[in-house]
Amino acid sequence: MKRREFLKKSGQALTFAAATGAVGAFFHNRDPFNYQPHLSETAEFGISADSTYPGLTLAKDSNHIAALNKALDAIGGIKRFIKPGERVTIKPNIGWDRTPEQAADTNPLLVGEMVRLCKEAGASRVIVTDITCHDPRRCFLRSGIRESAEKAGAEVFLPDDNDMLNIDLRGKLLTNWPVLKYFIETDRLINMPIVKHHSLSACTIGMKNLYGVLGGRRHQLHQSIDQSIVDLTAFFKPTLTVVDATRVLLRNGPTGGSLDDVLIADSVICSIDPVAADSRGAEFMSLTGEKVGHIILAETSGLGKIDYRSIGYKEIL
Amino acid sequence: MTIATVRNLRRASQVIFFVIFFWLILKTNFSVNFNPADPNEIRLPYPVSIALEFDPLTALGTLLANGTIYKGLLWSLVILIPTIFIGRFFCGWVCPLGTLNHWISEIPSERMKRKGKQKIDSNRYKKYQRIKYYILFIFLAAALMGTLQVGLLDPLPLLARSIGTVVLPVIHTSADGITGWVKSIGIPPLSAAAQFLYDLIAPLLLTFRKMHFHTILTIGSLFIAIIVLNRIFSRFWCRGICPLGAMLGVFSRFAIFGLEKKESACNHCNECLLHCQGADNPDIGSVWRQSECHLCLNCQGVCPTQALSFRFFPSQEVSKSNPAGTAKIDISRRKVVASLAGGAALYPLFRSGDTFAANASPYLIRPPGSVSENDFLARCIRCGQCMRVCPNNALHPTFMESGLEGIWSPLLIARIGYCEPSCTLCGQVCPTGAILELTLKDKVGDKETPPNRIGTAFIDRGRCLPWAMARPCIVCEEWCPTSPKSIYLREETVYNSRGETVTVKQPYVDPEHCTGCGACEYACPVEDKAAIYITSVGESRSSENQMLLKKKNDIPQYNLRGKI
Repeated sequence: MKRREFLKKSGQALTFAAATGAVGAFFHNRDPFNYQPHLSETAEFGISADSTYPGLTLAKDSNHIAALNKALDAIGGIKRFIKPGERVTIKPNIGWDRTPEQAADTNPLLVGEMVRLCKEAGASRVIVTDITCHDPRRCFLRSGIRESAEKAGAEVFLPDDNDMLNIDLRGKLLTNWPVLKYFIETDRLINMPIVKHHSLSACTIGMKNLYGVLGGRRHQLHQSIDQSIVDLTAFFKPTLTVVDATRVLLRNGPTGGSLDDVLIADSVICSIDPVAADSRGAEFMSLTGEKVGHIILAETSGLGKIDYRSIGYKEIL
Repeated sequence: MTIATVRNLRRASQVIFFVIFFWLILKTNFSVNFNPADPNEIRLPYPVSIALEFDPLTALGTLLANGTIYKGLLWSLVILIPTIFIGRFFCGWVCPLGTLNHWISEIPSERMKRKGKQKIDSNRYKKYQRIKYYILFIFLAAALMGTLQVGLLDPLPLLARSIGTVVLPVIHTSADGITGWVKSIGIPPLSAAAQFLYDLIAPLLLTFRKMHFHTILTIGSLFIAIIVLNRIFSRFWCRGICPLGAMLGVFSRFAIFGLEKKESACNHCNECLLHCQGADNPDIGSVWRQSECHLCLNCQGVCPTQALSFRFFPSQEVSKSNPAGTAKIDISRRKVVASLAGGAALYPLFRSGDTFAANASPYLIRPPGSVSENDFLARCIRCGQCMRVCPNNALHPTFMESGLEGIWSPLLIARIGYCEPSCTLCGQVCPTGAILELTLKDKVGDKETPPNRIGTAFIDRGRCLPWAMARPCIVCEEWCPTSPKSIYLREETVYNSRGETVTVKQPYVDPEHCTGCGACEYACPVEDKAAIYITSVGESRSSENQMLLKKKNDIPQYNLRGKI
């Protein structure tokens, strides 16, 4: 073997060995995974109380759009909540594949009108979305919400696994959960629940509606339903809660299905206090806030008042 | 028109029919772009099963098994009648699986470098090509006895099933995996490019929710075997196995169109044999086989001396060195009878086992609107259209849940997806009436009509959180879509592990209202094996598989022939 050849071959082998060793050393890690840290975002969309306006308004009108406008005007009008250029996310309850008459999802007329008002107030984007229980395509279609929101100029998004963010909710019970990004990446959150029966939480109104922002194994939240609802409300302080009590599902909730279970109440509630909104809403189901576990816990956790009269209550009948 | 033009027309026809077939399968899917003006009955915008309705073997098989030609299957005459006059044009011009085999066979390979006799021989007629006739007669006799097996190997259902339950889900998984991997590298322009490509293919190729299918490996293995065999023998499937090709071969018995060979012009270059698709001996000196010819017209096209030509009423000078063609299939009467007898024996063989009636699987949940099991097995061609269209990925090919007899027929697995109460898509796409088309009222029922039931829910009290672990839950009751709910709750005071009393609501099933939709099983938070599950008992389609003496409102929905 020639010297030149010896050097060349040895050099090749050594370089290859060094490269192999370098790759091993570079990727060596004592942890089995490269952990992705969860996002520590805040999502406090609430606005402070203003003594010139009532804290909770209720309007009754068989024209549901008029009912919404009356209640909203009495609490200060849309311009109190939405400033020009802001992004707004509206969170109706679109949980189930049901028609508006069956009262399992928020009234599409109210959602459409809310979109229109936000646009009118100068919102840069108005997003309507929800993580449904039934197939989202069917829920968004049959509830009529997709159609009415899009007509009014909203961007309607079906939930997509690729749009979930891992958020630290900093709750007593809820810590790391996947949250649909539209509920985080926004300036204002308008919660638009419908009043309906639920066998475990007694009623599903505004605070429980926030379950719809979560992905993951949210069915397991029922094991501690009151605390999980309170954790969500504490994290997502909605700018405004607009309760749809035009049709109220009294029994067989939250899915319903039979028109026999639906009470026509023609009412809309607006409130800056999520606890007060639920407390007033519960009365449509012959309940009071004091009888509903998660509403009580929300008050003792300092999220609002069960006694909605104490924050200023105005009825427009 | 020159022969070159005709061959180009044939190539165009193959591409067009392949694209149509593939596109129809892609469209066998509930998509979001519907018209909100007509909300209550959700229908597909196209007749997506139309390609399957042109299948003569499906038509004949279901006719033998049921005594009628269901709905759109009469379209199959559009294929069958011209075949009687001109032969197996379907195989060479139309069949999407044939086209796929054609293309795969044509990709250059080592095999094509073979020289001389070996190369010429690879496209000569071979004895194995008889196998397809045995398969055909076995299937037809089985169908006549009442067990429809044609769909296992009939190319159109086979391809629809393979694309719908294997190829497209595999594409979806690959696209997700590759995009995720590229993004994880963390180079923003690369991530953006990956997302752009993903968004480009997503609307066309990917479903809204990624589908997972049961027993995908068995379906995929057969499909891969069919594709790979082309690399060893050109169009092995079409030549040797395909029962539809065999049927069309039989029907070309009296064809008036065929190959005319001019011996005097032939220079024995053997180009015709090198390009033959059907292995039907187009060369001068052999007996041409009408029943094997796909009418690809390659032989005529490549013949340098115009010795070969396809024409109506071909006349050729027959001599010892230029024998006449034959319209007969290469299988003796005795073997036809033996195949028929073997096929007929399949029926008692299947039905003497326990899976059909005596010990049917309780988890064999058929789609809503399915006919009774006896009729179902005489109708289902396992095309997988119902599985592909199901918006919840609830329907799956069976493996052994309905025995070997029912392999790849549909089954509902509620843990993966439940039956959407307002959905009737599976019945809309079924080409053979194994799943009847239900109206929304048939499906959910009203005060007079009972709902269509596919089973009944049962609670596993050993796994249920309020029953066994003193924890609140009620998710099953929350999800129950019937009105009134079929799951009711009773408040009970129980002891937890610390000896404290807690009040929980324990669920019960009301079998009078339960439709077996499986929403409860789907939603149950006990992740691995649900604490509430459905079995088939109580299904509307069966008069025997019942447990209640009489159900509220129930009237018999089906008579013996399975019609509402």
